[in-house]
Amino acid sequence: MRGVLWRLAGSLPALAAVVVVTFILTRVLPGDTATYFAGPTASAESIAQIRTALGLDRPLPEQFWSYVVALFHGDLGMSLTTGQPVLVDILARLPASAELTLCGLVLAMAVAIPLGIIAAVRQGSLADHACRVIVTAGVSLPVFFTGLLLVYVFYFLLGWSPAPLGRLDAFASAPPTVTGFYLIDAALIGDWETWRSAFAQLVLPAVTLGLFALAPIARITRASMLAVLGAEFIRTARAAGLASRTIILTYALRNALLPVVTTLGMVFSFLLGANVLVEKVFAWPGIGSYAVEALIASDGAPVQGFVLTMAILYVALNLTIDLINRALDPRARQA
Amino acid sequence: MSAAALRHARHVVSENPVTGFALGLFVLFVLAALLGPSLAPHDPLASNTMLALQPPSAQHWFGTDQIGRDIFSRVLVATRLDLGIAAASVALVFAAGGFAGLAAGFFGGWVDQIVGRTADTIMAFPLFVLAMAIVAALGNTVPNIVLATAIINFPLYVRVARAETTQRREAGFVDAARIAGHRDMGVLLLQVAPNILPIMVVQMSLTMGYAILNAAGLSFIGLGVRAPTPEWGIMVAEGASFIVSGEWWVALFPGATLMVAVFCFNLLGDGVRDIVDPRRRT
Amino acid sequence: MTTVLDVTDFSVEFRTRSGTVKALDRVAFRIGRGETMALVGESGSGKSVTAYALLGLLDAAGRITGGRASLEGVELTTASPAALAAIRGRRAAMIFQNPRAALNPIRPIGQQIADVVRRHAGLSRRDATSRAVEMLREVGIPDPVRRAGAYPFELSGGMCQRVMIAIAVATRPALLIADEPTTGLDVTTQAVVMDIMAKLAGETGMATLLITHDLALAAERSGRIAVMHAGHIVEEAATRALLAAPRHPYTRRLLAATPTAAGDLAELRSIPGNLPDLRRADLPPCRFAARCPQHLEACEAPMVWRDIAPAHRIACWNPA
Repeated sequence: MRGVLWRLAGSLPALAAVVVVTFILTRVLPGDTATYFAGPTASAESIAQIRTALGLDRPLPEQFWSYVVALFHGDLGMSLTTGQPVLVDILARLPASAELTLCGLVLAMAVAIPLGIIAAVRQGSLADHACRVIVTAGVSLPVFFTGLLLVYVFYFLLGWSPAPLGRLDAFASAPPTVTGFYLIDAALIGDWETWRSAFAQLVLPAVTLGLFALAPIARITRASMLAVLGAEFIRTARAAGLASRTIILTYALRNALLPVVTTLGMVFSFLLGANVLVEKVFAWPGIGSYAVEALIASDGAPVQGFVLTMAILYVALNLTIDLINRALDPRARQA
Repeated sequence: MSAAALRHARHVVSENPVTGFALGLFVLFVLAALLGPSLAPHDPLASNTMLALQPPSAQHWFGTDQIGRDIFSRVLVATRLDLGIAAASVALVFAAGGFAGLAAGFFGGWVDQIVGRTADTIMAFPLFVLAMAIVAALGNTVPNIVLATAIINFPLYVRVARAETTQRREAGFVDAARIAGHRDMGVLLLQVAPNILPIMVVQMSLTMGYAILNAAGLSFIGLGVRAPTPEWGIMVAEGASFIVSGEWWVALFPGATLMVAVFCFNLLGDGVRDIVDPRRRT
Repeated sequence: MTTVLDVTDFSVEFRTRSGTVKALDRVAFRIGRGETMALVGESGSGKSVTAYALLGLLDAAGRITGGRASLEGVELTTASPAALAAIRGRRAAMIFQNPRAALNPIRPIGQQIADVVRRHAGLSRRDATSRAVEMLREVGIPDPVRRAGAYPFELSGGMCQRVMIAIAVATRPALLIADEPTTGLDVTTQAVVMDIMAKLAGETGMATLLITHDLALAAERSGRIAVMHAGHIVEEAATRALLAAPRHPYTRRLLAATPTAAGDLAELRSIPGNLPDLRRADLPPCRFAARCPQHLEACEAPMVWRDIAPAHRIACWNPA
């Protein structure tokens, strides 16, 4: 328990770094921040007004302090495009991104981990070769391009998928918000029609993300399973005559999953970035497309809020991964 | 490269025909980057609304886009910009990250602390998101894309260079050079740097593909390169709206070229690693 | 004395990229109930390969090319993989060197013992757990109930080796193969571990095959020694007889290369030359010939076993 608290405290420097860097990026670097925040159509007068409002005429440490204070109050500024507080926008859109990213990750793990295991257990088999091709090809895929290819094949050619225009088709209405995940919220009220619509919309973008995350997970699973299968304790288990099921699943796999879990941190780093591109391709109303729209409109506060949210999410995900690792590995608990 | 290394390289290529294939592709891409503008059959910027959205034909191999520009010429001409951005960013991070990692491993102490903390700070962000933030803050230009791509690769280069340097320092020959009267900086640059060079070259070839993807991703969401400049990412973005109406060629050709380029560099990176550092083969 | 393990003309080859390695050539020996036989030789002489091959643990490149090996009357060389897996751990168990790495790092040790008991004795989860605790007590681990929940990294090397022994003997096997069981342990721990094995063997009538490069250890702990060189057994005799009157030139060299407490270090001699390349197609009948100071032309004749004293046999045309 104390170890867990220590680990929680351990993410504070990362959080501090994130806050400082976002501050530097938006306030300190060259370029007129007031113009940037005011938007392209602002008059000289309103720019001056914004400069005072943002406190850009005050010294940097003071600016930083008020920035931090505002953050603690959840004040991320206003979006010029939507006219709403950025925090409100982001909270409303976060579940869409989270649902998509998690589905993509689960999909990738469901395929990549068994594939990596089979490739390692049956070295040189068809599965092994398939695994190697997927690993090399997978990291070469531009995620926005695979998304478009899938749309062309499954929407335009085959007509199996709905148009890539958001989370629901035009006739369905969003289920009452409980978790913000449409699949869960629709299931909760038993509205299976909405569920099906949400599911149909989710499949292609989730597969796109899944294809993207497949390669690193399959690669590390295969490598770590191979290493574990050659380990001395596996030889002991075989010498003790344990059933091969027990050896592979209980002895080898549990050990092999430790590096896989650790690698998920890196996978998330890629996935959160890829998420932005996929959201743009599928007009997915998440925080990624929110940021892209704001970028195009030169609307500063949403971009800053987006970067901060993503970074905080990433720190939290890394923390979660660490805690899972502690639960799985007694040696990590000790340290 | 010594004769033995050359022999080893030839062995690797013959053992692994895929590397040879990648090498062939690489030469094609380099030629396209160098000669692209003079080889292009049409002006990549010349529009002709009469010929808008024509499918591939003998006249226009990759078809034409929404304002009738020749997609083949645009894809060809874009090679220089796409590869140039990636190569520049990799060269930049090679110099900066390599030197920082070298210094961190060599001097230790507060130098190591500062370099390590900087790398940790970068790693605290999802990398593509950080690249977006940097370009958004610094301004929407090609040099800023180069810079952002270099920055997100910085921790990786630092880690490799630092680990190699520490290993070399512990091997003792740095001390030997110091005792022989060389100054710190001299030892660092003359004795250590050449030793970590091969592994850094491997790192460069392994990150080149990722750098191309990253730069194209940024321009896909409208950062950096701007229309009408031919660039693969932005061309895919322009073609995206025509996918749903069946005009596949507008997005497909630049996207597929991008994909093949990244694939080629990734294969080549693996090949270079096998030649320089056979231990790390997976 | 009942024979537990009877090995005759046992040969093993490995297929590698650079040719076929004739790792074992017509190896033969017997071990009786309650007996401890030591298999001694340099590293690479084929001691461990013998053990692995007997239990069907060779990797894919290795295969048995001839001979028989029967354990309590059950033929091992022709047994199916499933049948072998059922014998392993139940009738024949094995312990290894480097015990900490030989245990699953993320599974409690009690659980690892219980896994084996459950598989072979068909006990319930609860019974297997109490059997595991019992075994930990039997190998002398203090506070076994609490220690059953410990992980290998929380135990010393000696304790880990005791756990290995507990895993191996939990099912009361007829044969225990101990592959360099004391390597990496400090001297006092070595003695304790060997004592535990001897005690268990005495109590249960278990036969022990002790594989070691340490002739001093073999001298102290075995009733009989078989000396191995380059995939051949070259000499086999009761331990006392072998130490008193070694006859094969290789055994004599090996003895001269082993420091004894009373011996003079200056007399310590190394064995000249290396093991022959076992990939060669034209391996000489005597694989020690190239290193042998007593080499004769007669040595080019096919090798045969000769009893030169009661229960003392050698494979040499020109013994000392």
